[in-house]
Amino acid sequence: MRNKSFIVMTFLSPLLVVAMAALIGYLVTVNNEEVVKIAVHDQGALLKDGLKNDKKIRYTDLSALPINKARDEASKSYEGLIYVPDVAEAEQLQTKVQYISNDSPNMDFVANLEKVITDKVTRANLKELNFDYNKIEKAKGNASVKLSKFSGEETHKEGTLIKIVLGGISGYLIMMFVIIYGNMVMRSVIEEKTNRIIEIIISSVKPFKLMMGKIIGTSIAGLLQFIIWTILGLTLFFVLGALFNVPMGGAAGQVQAQAVQTPPQDIQIYLMELAKLPIFTIIISFIVYFIGGYFLYSSLYAAIGAAVDSETDSQQFLLPIILPLMLGVYVGFFTVISDPHGTVATIFSMIPLTSPIVMMMRIPFGVPLWELLLSVTILYATFFGVVWFAAKIYRIGILMYGKKPTYKEIFKWLKY
Amino acid sequence: MKPILEVKNVVKQYGSYTALNSVSLSISQGSIYGLLGPNGAGKTSLIRIINQITMPDGGEVLLDGEKLAPHHVTQIGYMPEERGLYKTMKVGEQALYLAQLKGLTKKEAKDQLDYWFEKLEIKGWWNKKIQELSKGMAQKIQFVVTVLHRPRLLILDEPFSGFDPVNANLIKDEILELRDKGTTVIFSTHRMESVEDMCDHIALIHQSNKLIEGALHDVKKQYRTNTFEVGIAPQNFEHLLADISTRYSTKQASFKTLDDELKLEVSLPEGVKSRELMQYLLQKGDVTYFVEKIPSVNDIFIQTVSKQK
Repeated sequence: MRNKSFIVMTFLSPLLVVAMAALIGYLVTVNNEEVVKIAVHDQGALLKDGLKNDKKIRYTDLSALPINKARDEASKSYEGLIYVPDVAEAEQLQTKVQYISNDSPNMDFVANLEKVITDKVTRANLKELNFDYNKIEKAKGNASVKLSKFSGEETHKEGTLIKIVLGGISGYLIMMFVIIYGNMVMRSVIEEKTNRIIEIIISSVKPFKLMMGKIIGTSIAGLLQFIIWTILGLTLFFVLGALFNVPMGGAAGQVQAQAVQTPPQDIQIYLMELAKLPIFTIIISFIVYFIGGYFLYSSLYAAIGAAVDSETDSQQFLLPIILPLMLGVYVGFFTVISDPHGTVATIFSMIPLTSPIVMMMRIPFGVPLWELLLSVTILYATFFGVVWFAAKIYRIGILMYGKKPTYKEIFKWLKY
Repeated sequence: MKPILEVKNVVKQYGSYTALNSVSLSISQGSIYGLLGPNGAGKTSLIRIINQITMPDGGEVLLDGEKLAPHHVTQIGYMPEERGLYKTMKVGEQALYLAQLKGLTKKEAKDQLDYWFEKLEIKGWWNKKIQELSKGMAQKIQFVVTVLHRPRLLILDEPFSGFDPVNANLIKDEILELRDKGTTVIFSTHRMESVEDMCDHIALIHQSNKLIEGALHDVKKQYRTNTFEVGIAPQNFEHLLADISTRYSTKQASFKTLDDELKLEVSLPEGVKSRELMQYLLQKGDVTYFVEKIPSVNDIFIQTVSKQK
């Protein structure tokens, strides 16, 4: 009965994600295409050279008008007014220029304006000191540090971005799967309880079996979905790879020589970096962490479903489950990115409630095997403990009707 | 007859509360057994133990002389007091699923389902969802899924609550037919009068203890009070009333007759035969009604409980 929607959603959701990304991209370009009109009042023509029209901004010179008139005019038909007082010393520009607008300006715009002023002042200062601006510009260096591993393999800065994105996606995906499928388990428990069919079922099947059946069943559905997405993703990757001529797998090492000769295009660099990541390890760990994390959380979801009578009652008990998940994602995004092997990131990738998310974010950066094994062992050991505890609550809870239990009562059930 | 189910000194505790205090029962094959008692007496706790939904804290339950084990679930059909079905699932699919949980193959389940759907004239419902059915229709399905796997022991908790009179009678007939084919039936209810005419054995449970158990006939005999309901059209109304109360203890009775006669409930002292009362009455007028007052299970229950106090 739910089969159809499941299949449709499995294939539709990646499309939806892509469509959404495209939509956002489109909206951004639409937003960018809008031309902002800005008035400039610059009687001394001090910044005129610096403020050049571009795709986004069109400057209009209102210097001919007296400043009061220019203000009125600008407030009516312009986004804002750049007021440049006619000062004798260029240095004074540093603090005297004003931007007047009722809307708070775009950060890029302000930064650009400041750059124009700074440039102007710098040039003036240099001239005063008898330096040739152009010569100094020419003399400036431009460094770009090459990244490589001890194995000699060259890496690109873009690789770090790819790792962050890939790790972020995996961690986030685990959280989403846990919440979506955990909720599904909980809803199905509540459904059986409110339909009052539960007593008929457990007169045929042991409650523990029923609970594990639900958890395992939904996890297989989740895994299937993940595998389909991975296959779609890999296919896309290989297709793109073929299009942009990126050597895959074993050939990836040999590409360096050619890469030096012809500087690769951006997309090629990204794809090459992607090809260098331990994709296989990532997929396997994703599955291992997904199963462990999902089992851990969904047995808690099942226990909650059994304890309450309706979904509305479940909120109070769901908070302690959602919190560690959120914590995992935030810790992942804030600490793993700045320092993937730092203390905080390492600790949270060991704590079983957050490890599936945080560890998945760390894996693309390379995690020692022993850390992985330790984290997985802790995760699965906790899972067995939690299942035992959840099964006790489940067994009692499914036969309790009518009233929302307190934490204290649930604790008592453990002793029955 | 050989007992199909034996409950031996079963104890169940929830925290410090004792739900069953060393209860023993013996239920013989092919009987309709009434497990009677007020709400909260411990009936459902006992039934859940028989269904292996919960485990007893002490004692044991034997089915056919064998200690209860997981494989026994296929021999028991259970309709809980809190009943229900998957509302969004189709009737046929749901029944097949539940029957397979009870160990039937898909083919067997299908055959049984055809049999029952034909019998209860609900053949067109296969593809309907429970939520599309009326309550009465859903009750029929509920009964069908309970008996689909041909259980040897049928346990019905509050069997007729929620059933409308038409369906209740229909189900009663089906139950009697199943009994005749050898199925043993346990009724559990607090509405004692509702099953009195169907049960041949009863057990009374009160506050976690079993008070009485036995064949309904024997229990009633044991609790007979030598009381008779009498209708008489006397020659002299006042005289009879004064005279009879000196001989026996009487009180006003209420039963339905066609005439406007004197209606009395007369309790005879032990050892006094009904013949003696009859002869006395015949001297006083026309006897229109004379019947022994048989205690109802409800009376017996109240009597036992008050005696205990």
